[in-house]
Amino acid sequence: MKNIIKLLCIGVIFCALAGAGTAFGETVVIKGSTTVLPVAQGAAEAFMAAHPGVNISISGGGSGNGIKALVDKSTDIANASRFIKDKEVKMAQDNDVYPVPHRVAMDAIVPIVHTSNPVTGLSIEQLSLIYQGKITNWKEVGGSDLQIVVVSRDTSSGTYEVWEEQVLHKEKVTPRAQLQASNGAVVQAVSKNKYAIGYIGLGYLNSDVRALNVNGITASNASVLSGAYPVARPLFMFTNGWPTGTTAEFITFVLSPKGQEIVKKEGYVPLY
Amino acid sequence: MTRTQKEKIIKNVFFLFALVSILILGLIVIFLFMEGLPIFKVVSVKDFIFGLEWYPTYDPPSFGIWPLIIGSFAVTIFASIIAIPLGLLSAIYIAEVAPPVIKEIFKPVVELLAGLPSVVLGFFGMAVLAPWLQETFDLPTGLNIVNASIVLALMAVPTISSISEDAIYSVPQEFKEASYALGATRFETITRVIIPASLSGVSTAVILGMARAIGETMVVLMVAGGAAAIPESIFDSVRPMPASIAAEMGEAPFRSDHYYALFATGIVLFFLTLAFNLIADYISNRFKEVGSATL
Repeated sequence: MKNIIKLLCIGVIFCALAGAGTAFGETVVIKGSTTVLPVAQGAAEAFMAAHPGVNISISGGGSGNGIKALVDKSTDIANASRFIKDKEVKMAQDNDVYPVPHRVAMDAIVPIVHTSNPVTGLSIEQLSLIYQGKITNWKEVGGSDLQIVVVSRDTSSGTYEVWEEQVLHKEKVTPRAQLQASNGAVVQAVSKNKYAIGYIGLGYLNSDVRALNVNGITASNASVLSGAYPVARPLFMFTNGWPTGTTAEFITFVLSPKGQEIVKKEGYVPLY
Repeated sequence: MTRTQKEKIIKNVFFLFALVSILILGLIVIFLFMEGLPIFKVVSVKDFIFGLEWYPTYDPPSFGIWPLIIGSFAVTIFASIIAIPLGLLSAIYIAEVAPPVIKEIFKPVVELLAGLPSVVLGFFGMAVLAPWLQETFDLPTGLNIVNASIVLALMAVPTISSISEDAIYSVPQEFKEASYALGATRFETITRVIIPASLSGVSTAVILGMARAIGETMVVLMVAGGAAAIPESIFDSVRPMPASIAAEMGEAPFRSDHYYALFATGIVLFFLTLAFNLIADYISNRFKEVGSATL
């Protein structure tokens, strides 16, 4: 839900900007991952406040759509919560586009359960078996005698891809898993269901659900940065070639201490 | 300008508008097929439709949408079971039984239901109905076929009720008068005269209501649970086709096999709703003769 509301807000802002902004010169277009969206939005607001002539328009739509827009040359910056795929690189090159990744933040992916669940932590191995549908009752991992309801992001989301790689080790998620379309929806589903387990980006963690330790390690900025927390990923902004002009200034701003402060405020892990 | 010239201009303007809308629709269909058909180079039509596994992003991927088709049918059928009696009975009540004052209130209220944005209904299903279902029936999850069907039924009721009501209302007054003159009760008049006479409109209403349920996206995305497995009970989660398309399209790489597979799912959905509409059309023609001249 959080995502949908955010998208609506962005839509409204975008329309307002499209109307008012044409009078000014510079426009930077940003599209892509809804995971990176809050960072881009926060940074854009601060950047525009500091550079009155600049107009930044941001929309979500997913990593795939962002990269597609970069390939079509319809965006200056593509947000992605995953690295670009070989096929996308090839398509880009065919279109005379040379994508350059800029790592702007780190994100941890945290398994979450209902607040009443007595389980406090799981190992990667246990998580993997739960998500493959091989462990089906909480009592097998030290909880109460309840069936486990597996909540997952849909298989094409960037968050899922990281989970698949780092937890499932490329095994298939059980077809009985409930697939939710956004981080917010996973939180919503798990917060209402004492049987459920889900996973979300660190930025979406709130008091409605409880985070589990993974291999005994709690997800935090420090444990992600040190590499101790086992399920983490970098977040990217892609540009066509090395950025120049306002686009370069914007990316530099995101990487600056001020920009990383915004990363932190939005709930992600800053790079330093 | 003479009258005939004016007539001609008006006729041409209407023709032009009709042509433009048909053209746009045609282009959309062509686009749908252009983007969907390439998947059949990777997987056969039979494996695509009857395949049991939907793992579009794995290596190697499986593109079987049978669980999604079953999911769509499951929620549509159960939604219809709830919505048809509700819609029909409320239509009969509004058209024939209710005193004018109540009718003036009920009709707009039912139609107001149609105006509720589906995301609001979805939110209701997610935040209110799901925990209630889970609690009451002691289920592992409240996001299941029953929940989705109830919310979809709420959406289909106004369609069914409003179209049926128009059909029932337009049954000529002489029929009712003739029926009462023969000594029939109000109940007999409704079941033996009014319903048969309005059957064409009523069945169209029912099928359009079902078509609405099968194509609805937001509700099934939010409350059906999204499990791409063939359900074993009505309390299992399912992943209807529109939910799958909506959830995955944003992240599917452009013109990848996954992207084509989602468009191909759209083609299947297109044929299903088309079939529903053709059936509605057929039924409304089939029973059309039942007019005041023949009865």
